[in-house]
Amino acid sequence: MKRIIQLTINDKEYEVAVEPNQTLTDMLRYELGLTGTKKGCEVGDCGSCTVIMDGIPVNSCLVLAMQANGRKITTIEGLETEKGMHPIQKAFVEKGAIQCGFCTPGMILSSKSLLDKNPNPTEEEIRAGISGNLCRCTGYQKIVDAVKSVGK
Amino acid sequence: MSGYDVIGTEAPRIDAPDKATGRALFIDDMTMPGMLYGALLQSPLAHARIRGIDTSAAKQLPGVKSVVTWEDAGLVKYGVSPARYDETIFCHDKVRHVGDNVAAVAAVDLETALEAVSLIKVDYEDLPAVFTIEQAMAEGAPLVHDIYPRNISAEVHNEFGDVEAAFKECDLIKMTSLVNKRQDCAFIEPQGCIAYYDHSGTLTLYSSTQVPHYTQRSVAMVLGMPIGKVRVVKPYVGGGFGAKASANHMELAACLMSMKTGKPVKMNFEREQVFYHGRSRHQFFHTMTTGVKRDGTILALKHECYMNGGAYSSFGIATVYYAGSLLGGPYKMPNMKYDGYRIATNLPACGAQRGHGGVIARGCWEQQLDMIAEELGMDPVELRLKNIMTAGDITCNDLNMSSLGMKECIEAVRDASEWKNKKGKLPRGKGIGMACGFFVSGAGYPIYRSDTFHGTVVIKLTEDGGTALVYTASAEIGQGSDTAFAMIAAEALGIPLEMVRLESGDTDFGVDLGAYSSRQTLMTGHATKEAAEDVKRQVLEVLSKELNVPMEDMDIKKGLIVFKKEKPDFSGLRTRYIKEHRGWVDNPGAEDELSFREASRIAYLARGSIVGTGKYKPPELGGKFKGAAVGTSPAYGCSAQIVELTVDEGTGRIIIDKMVDAHDCGRAINRTSVEGQMQGSLSMGMGEALFEEVKFDARGRILNADLAEYKIPSALDMPPTEVIVVESNEPNGPFGAKEVGEGNIMATIPAILNAVYDAVGVRIYELPLNPERVHKALKEYKQKNKI
Ligand code: FES
Ligand code: FES
Repeated sequence: MKRIIQLTINDKEYEVAVEPNQTLTDMLRYELGLTGTKKGCEVGDCGSCTVIMDGIPVNSCLVLAMQANGRKITTIEGLETEKGMHPIQKAFVEKGAIQCGFCTPGMILSSKSLLDKNPNPTEEEIRAGISGNLCRCTGYQKIVDAVKSVGK
Repeated sequence: MSGYDVIGTEAPRIDAPDKATGRALFIDDMTMPGMLYGALLQSPLAHARIRGIDTSAAKQLPGVKSVVTWEDAGLVKYGVSPARYDETIFCHDKVRHVGDNVAAVAAVDLETALEAVSLIKVDYEDLPAVFTIEQAMAEGAPLVHDIYPRNISAEVHNEFGDVEAAFKECDLIKMTSLVNKRQDCAFIEPQGCIAYYDHSGTLTLYSSTQVPHYTQRSVAMVLGMPIGKVRVVKPYVGGGFGAKASANHMELAACLMSMKTGKPVKMNFEREQVFYHGRSRHQFFHTMTTGVKRDGTILALKHECYMNGGAYSSFGIATVYYAGSLLGGPYKMPNMKYDGYRIATNLPACGAQRGHGGVIARGCWEQQLDMIAEELGMDPVELRLKNIMTAGDITCNDLNMSSLGMKECIEAVRDASEWKNKKGKLPRGKGIGMACGFFVSGAGYPIYRSDTFHGTVVIKLTEDGGTALVYTASAEIGQGSDTAFAMIAAEALGIPLEMVRLESGDTDFGVDLGAYSSRQTLMTGHATKEAAEDVKRQVLEVLSKELNVPMEDMDIKKGLIVFKKEKPDFSGLRTRYIKEHRGWVDNPGAEDELSFREASRIAYLARGSIVGTGKYKPPELGGKFKGAAVGTSPAYGCSAQIVELTVDEGTGRIIIDKMVDAHDCGRAINRTSVEGQMQGSLSMGMGEALFEEVKFDARGRILNADLAEYKIPSALDMPPTEVIVVESNEPNGPFGAKEVGEGNIMATIPAILNAVYDAVGVRIYELPLNPERVHKALKEYKQKNKI
């Protein structure tokens, strides 16, 4: 039986009918068309589904849509404004931190949560902050460089 | 300076903003109206006869639109190399590995499709299975395929020079071995596809693939369609590294079910299915014997290799050749003998992965060279410098090093890492090691025997003259090829990058063999350059006629027409152009130089749409011996690496402290992308060296088919890396460019092995170097040396 939940996504209010076993990832992607949130494993191992929920980065594949009832969610689509890309997005573009781009939305959101809490992280802190987001393409160096450049 | 305006820069990738904002569409981000969802039924057993398949319950489930088995699919064999076509979409007589494909369902939603799959009853008769090379080659062992006696699915025997005679001249002969574990490409995006058979009888397959062209051919052949009725389109792809470099069963099943239902059918692999599909790095057992003179001159290599290939051939026939041929360089070596065997087992098939065939061989040999250096009392860097080839050298197996910055790479890493102060001088537990490697810039021949061009490119100028549209069937899978080709087109045409728009990954755009064997920058790059030059010529031809200026006295640079001699009066052309654009605010001013936009608009008015074409095919390469084609390439990239690490002797844990990598990529088209390929290679090589291993239970089931237990490097595992781009000018490359995507991974494993020895004095001949293995080796070493 579907149930109606209410939540805020990227500063917009939503009412969505969801199945009890539906994940937040699937709801975002397939019910709302917010496909920037990726799905690499569906069991919490890769971080490609990262969204920010009430200020905390979470693997949305491990969150049931029901559990997001009443929460505030930020997805990758929420970072860009009329003024253009978020500084972290710009840094990822300019520093070459993006290859295939499949990890990128999750990586950017984890970086954002890190920088929101700690605007000047050390290299170690950056690596720890994105350690839940796997990237098979970049070897992480340029991602670390990008986050560092925004921190300064 | 290079004199280039666009190439050699660090231009941001053209696809990066879309990827940074979540707008870039990957396969599972796409939907189509009326789309069905498909699921596969895969074997739970490693080896079993299929006595019967009962699909009746599945067919009756409401919402199910199609249930297919081999009876619907037919039994056309396919695979990668036509010489080893040994797969069908679905098994009919028996299943050969856990995860082998038995049936597929399409239904109105995924839940229904999965439920229907669970309702299909297969009557299996369990058969004895073989999982290891010893089991598979044992007398009387069950055969995985009847066509491969003793389960040998491919073998290679060749000898260049006379190894035994050369050994007699040697002062030192050394034999060692190395074995790795099966790896997984572990790209973050699982394979997925949408197939749509429309009313015109055209089948369009959208797929997360590295090779639209080969996939198009496989689909057409297996489903019995004309190639022209099959279109394969690649959206953005979340990495491939080899395992997406051939058509898979899911794609074929989706196509079949779309043809049966007339509806689009979407299918995705779950992560577990990515592992069971396999097609990544083989397990290799290498044994090598190298003979050298006292002064370090390498004279001969005798090499034997056995590979555990899994249930189907996939790329394996190429892999077994590469495992031998890629040792021909980068050192001068007149004699080489190779015996390679690829063995079929009841495990998922192995295929190609970054550094195809060469990685473990390189690991084995470069560790051995380190041991030889020590026994000769030579510095390992000096031993290598003594033997390296230089541009113009040809290996004993006929590979032509048309450019080779091997020396520059070795010197660069040596100097960047204080090698002389550190080698042998670090405190116990800390070590430094180095190694080299090289790789092809594209396979010299297509996978199927053909005179086809390896890449064709079409560039069309928009009729307004403002934009060059590049159409290529090549595959951007993350490596940055779209950006590289846009840059090459801009450079060759003489316009800024912003004036180029590029569409790729669609078989309707032409032929391109795709993203494998590090081929695209060189091959598609050549075709792009030729197409751009064709367009440029046509524009200048029209201009020449209109202005009465000889062609050779004009050029296009930075979007402007350059008159090398006297500037002609082009006010007439300009007036025509401006007259067409009354009311526009960006018309050229009276004093402005004549722009490319004006010139190409004039060219359109004279000739209609301006379309340029380019193509590339390597010249005939290599020797005449059997298998000479594998390993040939128009060019070779090379690299040297130095790794510093710490071994915790209490736990056996290795921490990589620093990696320095230098690579000769010819001329760098995009420096940022070149560095990115190098850094990505270091991380994949590091993971393979230290912890990556697909593990099986006694019945052929994968124990770690997920990204938690199959561990790939995280940001915390990776040390800071320093990458040094060494540029040479490759005569066979477009603007002098050659590969960077795979050559880098070659040196990583042996550099780590050599650094471990430097740290704790232990040689290890089995990967990965996980704490248990290192700890055990240390214990044995201490017992032996009574420490
Ligand atoms: S998809 Fe959620 S962690 Fe991988
Ligand atoms: S860019 Fe491909 S996984 Fe990170």
